[in-house]
Amino acid sequence: MSKKTLVETTINGETVEFLCEPRQSLLECLRDVLEMTGSKEGCLTGDCGACSVLLDGRAVCSCLVLGVEAEGKTIRTIEGLAGSTALHPLQQKFLEHASLQCGICTPGFLMSAAALLERNPNPTEPEVRYALAGNLCRCTGYDKIVRAVLDAAKVMKGSTSRAA
Amino acid sequence: MHAFSYESPSTLDDALKLMKAHGEKARPICGGTDLLIQMRAGVRLPEFVVDIKKIKELRELKFSAKGGLRLGGAVSCIDVAENADMRRHYPGLTEAAHLIGSLQIQNRASVGGNLCNGSPAADTTPALIALKARARIVGPRSEHEVPVEEFVVSPGRTVLKPGELLVQFLIPAPAPHSSDAYLRFIPRNEMDIAVVGVGASVTLEGDKVKAARISLGAVAATPLFAAKASESLIGKKLDETALATAARLASEAASPIDDMRGTAEFRRHITGVLTRRALTIAAERARKH
Repeated sequence: MSKKTLVETTINGETVEFLCEPRQSLLECLRDVLEMTGSKEGCLTGDCGACSVLLDGRAVCSCLVLGVEAEGKTIRTIEGLAGSTALHPLQQKFLEHASLQCGICTPGFLMSAAALLERNPNPTEPEVRYALAGNLCRCTGYDKIVRAVLDAAKVMKGSTSRAA
Repeated sequence: MHAFSYESPSTLDDALKLMKAHGEKARPICGGTDLLIQMRAGVRLPEFVVDIKKIKELRELKFSAKGGLRLGGAVSCIDVAENADMRRHYPGLTEAAHLIGSLQIQNRASVGGNLCNGSPAADTTPALIALKARARIVGPRSEHEVPVEEFVVSPGRTVLKPGELLVQFLIPAPAPHSSDAYLRFIPRNEMDIAVVGVGASVTLEGDKVKAARISLGAVAATPLFAAKASESLIGKKLDETALATAARLASEAASPIDDMRGTAEFRRHITGVLTRRALTIAAERARKH
């Protein structure tokens, strides 16, 4: 019954194969099987958002996805957010605005924010707060995080219009 | 989590065969936002988990002005919330789907799963009841339809028998000058479970109510259709007297409990308040249709 299944999926642009049992969550597969420990385990009930990853472009709690469900899907994790030479603008702005202290919630916040800005490059402050409502931070406070996301949106918009 | 087997059939037939073969030991999974938590907590321990997200009938969201809505049991809350037909024709159900948990949850959770989980506080269930939705259930040998208000039989338990799947919701086409609304009370803005939820749909004829349905969540062991409150409005103007009567009858239909989210007395009171507000919003929307 606990037979392992071979799962083929795309993680951060690369085809990845891994073996897992059905009872292993995507979060466990990322952290324990693939040794991608950027996504954090918080509550395991979908409340805290520390394990947020993008599944086919949508933010999800990877603790509430089975590893076997990743078959044929496209997954993006915090490990794929930065470019090869520079941080993602969201990461840069989190540093500039001091939007993290202990950092456990940060990967989840960054992935939720990335999903937001891809769908809505020019969000209002309430829209940012709504999009991040599923991510809990117990040390920095949310204002610095929200400011960083709004600032990153400005920077990203600037770079897009320059490119165009 | 305990060990279990997993299959993700791509046809309804295959899913039904698996459900039949494993009977009570099987449990369908859609978004997993309730089931995986229950499995971790040891509340539900299925030996066989059938992923229904690849099945065409369960993924369908089809609206037509004549036929109404066919909403697959596995359509995610976010797909409901972002659908233009849903927003226009069933704004109350759309709002309910967009109220559940966080975006991470809405991206995975389904309206069907919300119902099958059997919680008295499910947000989309009163919204479905207000719209007179029926659940199409398919079993190994036969299929049948059940009004959504009859689907949940007690907290966590539904009419589904072993081997059966909730395949679709069938929702009537909106009548002219009709609309719906769903409101819930929680002590914060987002990310909470309903203390009280009220759904309402209203069809107007001139300045009178031609048809109305009021539904209640989190104020009884199961989501309720408030029949007397609904009927009290027929043929009436939606004025202060009619609203007060409907609110009182809705409060009387509630049989809430005291718990950490609120007292029974508070819940009964809020049921009346939200009934008025939901009816008023639904009627305002109906005037524009």
